[in-house]
Amino acid sequence: MRAIRRLAALVKKESLQIVRDPSTLLISLLFPVILMLVFGSGINQDTTQVRLGVVNLDGSPASVRLVDTFAHTPGLHLFVGSSIEDLGDRLRAGRLQGFVVLRSDLGRRVLGRGGAAQPLIEVITDGAEPNGANFVAAYAQGAIGVWAREDAAQRGLAPGSGFSLEVRSWFNPSMRSQNSLLPGSVTIIMMVVGALLTALVVAREWERGTMEALLAAGVSRFELVASKLIPYFVLGLLAFTTCVTMTHLYFAVPLRGSLSTLYLVGATFLFSALGIGLLLSTLLRSQYDAAQAALNAAFLPALMLSGFIFEIRSMPVVIQAVASIIPARYFVTAMQTVFQAGDVWSVIGRSLVGLTAAAVLFLGLTLLKTRRRLE
Amino acid sequence: MNPTVIRLLALIKKELFMVIGDPQSLRLMIAPVVLQLLLFPYAATMEVTNNTIYVLDRDGGPVAQEVIERLAHTPAFARVKRLRGEADARDVIDRQDALLVLQIGPHFSEHAIAGHPEAIQAILDGRRSNSGQIALSYVQTILSGIPVGDSLSARAPPLVVRHWYNENLDYYRFLLPALVAMIATFSGLIVTAMSVAREREQGTLDQLLVSPLTPWMLFVGKSIPAVVVAMIQATIILVASVFFYGVEFRGNVLSLYLCIVPYVLALAGVGLFISTVCATQQQAFLGVFLCLMPCILLSGFVTPVDNMPEALQTLTWANPVRHFIAIAKGIYLKGALLSDFKDNLIALGCIAVVTASLSLALFQRRLS
Repeated sequence: MRAIRRLAALVKKESLQIVRDPSTLLISLLFPVILMLVFGSGINQDTTQVRLGVVNLDGSPASVRLVDTFAHTPGLHLFVGSSIEDLGDRLRAGRLQGFVVLRSDLGRRVLGRGGAAQPLIEVITDGAEPNGANFVAAYAQGAIGVWAREDAAQRGLAPGSGFSLEVRSWFNPSMRSQNSLLPGSVTIIMMVVGALLTALVVAREWERGTMEALLAAGVSRFELVASKLIPYFVLGLLAFTTCVTMTHLYFAVPLRGSLSTLYLVGATFLFSALGIGLLLSTLLRSQYDAAQAALNAAFLPALMLSGFIFEIRSMPVVIQAVASIIPARYFVTAMQTVFQAGDVWSVIGRSLVGLTAAAVLFLGLTLLKTRRRLE
Repeated sequence: MNPTVIRLLALIKKELFMVIGDPQSLRLMIAPVVLQLLLFPYAATMEVTNNTIYVLDRDGGPVAQEVIERLAHTPAFARVKRLRGEADARDVIDRQDALLVLQIGPHFSEHAIAGHPEAIQAILDGRRSNSGQIALSYVQTILSGIPVGDSLSARAPPLVVRHWYNENLDYYRFLLPALVAMIATFSGLIVTAMSVAREREQGTLDQLLVSPLTPWMLFVGKSIPAVVVAMIQATIILVASVFFYGVEFRGNVLSLYLCIVPYVLALAGVGLFISTVCATQQQAFLGVFLCLMPCILLSGFVTPVDNMPEALQTLTWANPVRHFIAIAKGIYLKGALLSDFKDNLIALGCIAVVTASLSLALFQRRLS
């Protein structure tokens, strides 16, 4: 009973500090809103607009019709250039995302078998932007396909047929990339909010000397860590609620799983994120250093190694091993599944195991590294 | 020597010492660079490899067999497995065992041999729609390589796609110059934003104010260490990219270094602005975060600026990271010239001047 009273008193002390310091409330209430808006409006893998150049070295009626087809393709902003050099300069300066060269034999092309020698149409993209280059090539090829079919029909030939795919996307029929990206971005936001909330607190106590007062009062290691954890956990859940609400209601991402599963996964993840922050501030004892370390340990790994943008399965084995100790990695999978597929326990169960292990690891290390004696 | 210059040099020396003087700070400056340099280029890949593809073959004919054979020989799909029924398809997608399930209809071979092939149905996991679409494009390429028995139809003219500057669209080639921008952003903002707040908390700001240094000199003195740190970190990344990752530097190295100066000055302006608005180190750091995350997310590093809504694209002109990523990528990968980035450099200059004068004005108003 006494133990609980002591812990309650410590939690109360921490809570009062939070209420008095506007910056903690800023992180947990304002950060999620701003970051959700940034992710929701700015992060998008669906290319809908392409700046394409074209140079017509042929000039035959067929080639003019092709340029016309480009000009009338929705989403293509066409720039008609005078030479390859001109377009190359524009590509280099980033003013175009790609261009198409129509070679001079295009109008007199020899149809049919025997494999053509020289390519008559060249599609050139800006490979320095690998994200966009594939889309640009696909856009250009799509327009050329439309033109080729119309051209064949005009000359009374049957259009060429080949194998095709009829695509159905489960959980996300319109293949809107945001439906996967936004549940993933909740992960990154919660990682940052969680680590930031705690990264500065212990370090601040050391810097201000109040840690010594606490230690002199005979507070145990466990009480110390628990008193730091509980109030920030509550704030973290508040931030999580903001993120989930905005994802579902404002950005209209369907939520197919249950709220209880969502919060179970969210709470487990929060322990690991708060744990990373506490560990850093315990180890570094300086706000400046802890803050810098939190930036590098929370934000970037969550962005790069969590499967949010880059497929973990495509990474080399060593990098996959590194990714497996990053809690965000499990949370991204769990969030995407709960939002889009529902409560699929075979996936969520695996994620929960990973998240629990991460939370135990980081909080356990914090307990170990919390020294009671002053040096 | 001019006394102003001597004072300025003394200030710069002191500031530099604050940033890289003690071993813990120095380690925190170098270690993340090395770590990110070792991890991220390998992690950043848009390729889809090592996935299992499941096929539900209702046909069993020779053409279906050929399609499956060809899929099995693609490195993108480590394993090609057969399914027995539609219920199994649901299961393997739910469990994320399969990124893609292909369904081949009962008369597929018959129709294909007659010259009217029917479509193959592809089901992909909408949770990973981007990877799914990439995998689909692999399947499409494989399918287009299978001849269909028709000789009378027209063929599209021979066409070739070339990706300039990065033939195989290797993502790490894009990542390395972007990493220069990211790391410079981190240190540029943190070094400047934290410095004034730290001086204020420790009470040394008053000492600086009673010294004969003008506020402009303080700005210069606080910015130059950030430039130095950014240059050191950039050099580490560039050396590793060229010699370890073998990415050819096509442009002029000097012009890239030249561009770092206006970039870090723009960051320093933003950093000092944060610094003057905030009362404590903690608030300053939160300010840095609040500014840094949107700047990086909206820079074209994560997804292209071209995909953003038009209004947001215009807004990103105020984002220094967007400009420097374009410059670094252009000079490094494309061999672009400084004149290609006139607009970006002017924008960086404007950001630096506006934020610096704003923070100086605020600073002076607080003093009086």
